[in-house]
Amino acid sequence: MSDFTFTIDGVEVPAKRGQTILEAADAAGIYIPRLCWAKDLAPGGHCRVCTVLVNGRPQSACTHPAGPGMVVDHDTAELRAWRKNIVEMLFVEGNHYCMFCEKSGNCELQALGYRMGMTTPKYPYMFPQRTVDATHPDVMVDHNRCIACGRCVRASRDLDGKNVFQFVQRGHHVRVAVNADGGLGRTNLSAADQAAQLCPVGAILIKRVGYAVPVGRRLYDVKPIGSEIEAKRAPAPSGK
Amino acid sequence: MAKPKVATASLAGCFGCHMSILDIDERILKLAELVEFHKSPINDIKKFSERCLVGLIEGGCANDENVHVLQDFRKNCDVLISLGDCATMGGLPAMRNHVPLEECLAEAYLNGPTVHNPTKQIPNDPEIPLLLNKVYPLHEVVKIDLHLPGCPPPADAIWEVLVALLNNKPIDLKYGLLRYD
Repeated sequence: MSDFTFTIDGVEVPAKRGQTILEAADAAGIYIPRLCWAKDLAPGGHCRVCTVLVNGRPQSACTHPAGPGMVVDHDTAELRAWRKNIVEMLFVEGNHYCMFCEKSGNCELQALGYRMGMTTPKYPYMFPQRTVDATHPDVMVDHNRCIACGRCVRASRDLDGKNVFQFVQRGHHVRVAVNADGGLGRTNLSAADQAAQLCPVGAILIKRVGYAVPVGRRLYDVKPIGSEIEAKRAPAPSGK
Repeated sequence: MAKPKVATASLAGCFGCHMSILDIDERILKLAELVEFHKSPINDIKKFSERCLVGLIEGGCANDENVHVLQDFRKNCDVLISLGDCATMGGLPAMRNHVPLEECLAEAYLNGPTVHNPTKQIPNDPEIPLLLNKVYPLHEVVKIDLHLPGCPPPADAIWEVLVALLNNKPIDLKYGLLRYD
């Protein structure tokens, strides 16, 4: 049972005490785009793709608790533009070659680009120098595709209890690093670990399973990301 | 009334996007009724002699000749479309952006495992287009009006865009036609 209600774009949404705006929205069938959030992980609030206006102030929906009577703006032209800008910046600041990436079709960053109708980022491409770590027998890390969402950091620390990944440096230079001299192969990471499974992009890949699913049957080939959440929504008067 | 003209070009690309244009199958007959192809590798017209409604360009900008062709298209086309991932983001040719140009040339002409080049000369004839320091997406060189990503963009997407443009309708690609792979 719900403890209270609040509104998202004028629609009344039930919530339980302690639920975040994002969790309550998901339960109500309202999809708020997100990247660094993953079920079972403590929310990070890193990527800001889930930014909404809470009583007029920008907040990340994945970290902000829902409150009684709260007024949340979510699907507005301004917020859609902010979110698209973030996705575009993520595309230009890494090296995202979708055409040969193993993750293509199952990639959440790519799927958000599709959902938001991004034909090409408006920002200049940075083509940064990044490295690939293939020292582990079963898992590889391609930093070219890393968006520093920190899912692997949180998963390894909180779910696997291993602390294989860590953020290093600050601000614009922040990146994910492996907690061992000599690379991933010198850690106790296993391919079954959540840290190896939860990467939203093609930065952490399990070896020898790439391209197993044919084009047309991949996760986001037919339906946009978020469709499974929106399917839960009772038909609204507005029609969507 | 004369038919609107369409021009196409392939810069640093693989002609896969041109193959995708041809992939509209029998609709190509309808397209031939609607438009006339002007400067294009399809009919081998080399120079612009008339203004074109649409310019379709595949491939990124990798050398000075690419830049000149691109500027020529901008001058002669009303709507310039970057076609495919190489045109919109550099694509596979842009993988050289992570290696200094000098090292690229040294690997290709001096140090590569299969290189046979007794004179140790790196080609630099004035006839050969000069490589740019990096491969650039088209919109970083000239103004581009429309981007159609994909490797290649689906034939249906190319068709939808051309038909919408010719009929002065908004472009509304259904899910699955906008793709980056």
